Amino acid sequence: MRQIKLTRYRKWRNRFHQGWMVIALLGMLLIPLVLVAGLILKSMLLLNTQSVLGLLTSTDWSPLSGHFGFLPFIVSSLWITILSLLISAPVCLLTAIHLTQYAKRWVLRVMHPVIDILAGIPSVIFGVWGILVIVPFISHQLGPLFGKSVSGYSILAGAIVLSIMIIPFMLNMLIDIFRAVPEELKEASLSLGASKWQTIKRVVVKKALPGIVSSFGLGMSRAFGETIAVLMVVGNVTRIPTGVFQPGYPLPALIANNYGEMLSIPLYDSALMLAALILFMVVLMFNIFSRWLIVKTETQS
Amino acid sequence: MNPKIHIQNLSLSIDRQPILKNVNLTIPKNKITVILGSSGCGKTTLLKSLNRLTDLIPGVQRSGEIILDGVNILNGGQDLVDIRQKMGLLAQRPYPLPMSIYNNITFGLRISGRHNRQFLDKRVEHYLKMVNLWEEVKDRLKDPASALSIGQQQRLCLARGLAVDPEIILADEPTSALDPISSRMIEEKFLELKNQYTIVLVTHILRQARRMADYVVLMYLGEVIEQGTPDELFNNPQHPVTKSYLSGQFY
Amino acid sequence: MMNTKNEERLFRVLMFFSTVFIVGVLLLIVGSVLYKGVPSLSFAMLTSIPKGGFYFGEDGGILNAIIGSLYLSFGATFLAFIIGWPIALYMNVYLVKYHTLVNAIRFVFDVLWGVPSIVYGAFGFILMVFLGVRASLLAGIITVSLFIVPIMVRAIDESLKSIPHGLLESSLSLGSTRSEISYRIFSREAFQGIITAILLSFGRAIGDAASVLFTTGYTDRIPTSLLEPSATLPLSIFFQLSSPIAAVQDRAYASATVLIVMVLVISLLSRLIGNRRF
Repeated sequence: MRQIKLTRYRKWRNRFHQGWMVIALLGMLLIPLVLVAGLILKSMLLLNTQSVLGLLTSTDWSPLSGHFGFLPFIVSSLWITILSLLISAPVCLLTAIHLTQYAKRWVLRVMHPVIDILAGIPSVIFGVWGILVIVPFISHQLGPLFGKSVSGYSILAGAIVLSIMIIPFMLNMLIDIFRAVPEELKEASLSLGASKWQTIKRVVVKKALPGIVSSFGLGMSRAFGETIAVLMVVGNVTRIPTGVFQPGYPLPALIANNYGEMLSIPLYDSALMLAALILFMVVLMFNIFSRWLIVKTETQS
Repeated sequence: MNPKIHIQNLSLSIDRQPILKNVNLTIPKNKITVILGSSGCGKTTLLKSLNRLTDLIPGVQRSGEIILDGVNILNGGQDLVDIRQKMGLLAQRPYPLPMSIYNNITFGLRISGRHNRQFLDKRVEHYLKMVNLWEEVKDRLKDPASALSIGQQQRLCLARGLAVDPEIILADEPTSALDPISSRMIEEKFLELKNQYTIVLVTHILRQARRMADYVVLMYLGEVIEQGTPDELFNNPQHPVTKSYLSGQFY
Repeated sequence: MMNTKNEERLFRVLMFFSTVFIVGVLLLIVGSVLYKGVPSLSFAMLTSIPKGGFYFGEDGGILNAIIGSLYLSFGATFLAFIIGWPIALYMNVYLVKYHTLVNAIRFVFDVLWGVPSIVYGAFGFILMVFLGVRASLLAGIITVSLFIVPIMVRAIDESLKSIPHGLLESSLSLGSTRSEISYRIFSREAFQGIITAILLSFGRAIGDAASVLFTTGYTDRIPTSLLEPSATLPLSIFFQLSSPIAAVQDRAYASATVLIVMVLVISLLSRLIGNRRF
């Protein structure tokens, strides 16, 4: 009798735990939907008065008169994101090949903590470092080198800081991707008389190509949404940048900088939420595409 | 013969691939039933159907009946925890629980509400002695079970299974990861235990089957080819597949 | 025309420099922040809250931000843990039969992991306006926990995933229920992974500024209830650094030193406990 009661208690407890697990899971899966719905709902106020296309292609950003042209911010975001990828991609690729194909064990033992620590450094610290090192460097060394007198707070500064931030993120993925290339494949190529470097170039990199592309995609989407560090070094001037030494004003910085006033100006909050929505959508698309690429190649092999 | 389990028309497929085809089988009580067959013939799946571990396989479909003590355990209404508690499993390799040797034995007792220290101490000693492990580990019961050798871990897993008081022991090639001495020990234990437990042993080792079996079932490609007492099956095989298996033409 | 040998030699040099570059950058970041920050660091700064005129270089400290950040991070990590831990267990103990579903769930959490924290911040802000509540520690905790749950789930999931299927079968055969297997066996087996996941999430929570900007507010006092706004370390660094006064900027560097030390300690802990990879 006691046993039966106990069994009933254990089953009830199992059901309780399972219930909480299901609720937590469904709740979390619901979050992105609620998030999108909320952002859309808020953005609709603005979208009802102006067309999406008009907003995205207009350069006129003057909230007080009700003009919300997003183009300067979108262009700034693109500049910074692409530039940061151009800087970090080769570094990551070379380092990942080095670590997985050539490096001795002790190098890996040093590099893993280095990558992990770099990945754990908060955004704001990167911003501080940018102000301390990168901005003066651009202003005093790099700018004069190109014959420009600049403040240093620029697209380039943002891109450099960002590129360092996404390095550990992409590098970790690339290392896993190169590790996943089967050893037999390399051996087959080597036994055909190819040198190690030829094997890496023609077999390893080729095999890992979809993974490489998707890690770059994920790195870009990380860069696209990064806020504080970029905001601190990029200058925040509402104008379409035409060169890397000019200041820019990317989307995340726009949202973060203006949250204070947004409730006091009509439609301003709606415009900022639209910016958040654009950010979310772009990041979402990049993420889904990149991860889909990984899943697709995983199921193929 | 006093039957313990009846299997009737059991078929099982995974992603529409048939694994078991219309299996009919009677497993006698307090005997060792050996399911013999080459790898991939479905013998492990048959064994795991008994305590419904096959429920965990993605894409599994099943029909037929497994009747344990007069009740069909494939019915939806059955409680899996109760069914599984009746059948201890000894897997191909030991999976000690991530806790001490002592707690490995008492885990099953504690979840069913036995917390009396003296009672637990006695049980631990009893079951560890039963599997000849007591002398080796009595001074380090608090050590993690993973510190034991594979052979010791397997005996611990047997003791752990016995401690929850099952009626049936399901053994899935339990000696395949072990050294010869540990294998011997497990085999001898089974021969002792069969007076109290119904044992179903899956193996592909013919000699092990000869040493252990009270009843033999030969499987081939998901079907039961032949079953009977060792005398019938080993000395007077009827089916050509059995004959070629016994003559070592395939494993 | 470059032959393969020379090409390899060139690339090996480039690879070597890339690797050294990464180490160098890390040293440069930590070094430059500490170099500027340590001289301005003082005991008083760590143990007092801002006094009048603090933001013009007068006396005071950043205790409000340190305590606020700790409250926020502990709260958010705790909340994320009691949501994320069961989810990861559910995927690996209850849903073992449904491979495709589990992979789909993993996909969603991976994607959620990639959503920028500012978007969560903006979302939290909409919710707050909708509910009519003002910026508070509680709102911050909820927002931050939303964006660290995916990290928590995937990190715990990765370590649960590596548990052999045989342990599940063995545990079931002992007559344990799935919740007993989840919390008494699987969680113990994946203990190190769970600790690493918690530390990873905590590190993310304490370092994030974009999501708390909207939701937690900023105050010079140490919050005494969940409904009060609270300062946080990243924002305190950010605000002090935007000041034109040198003394205030110096304190930003000192605050950055505090934050960097905290994050390094977390890294070190997870390396010691987690024993990851190498």
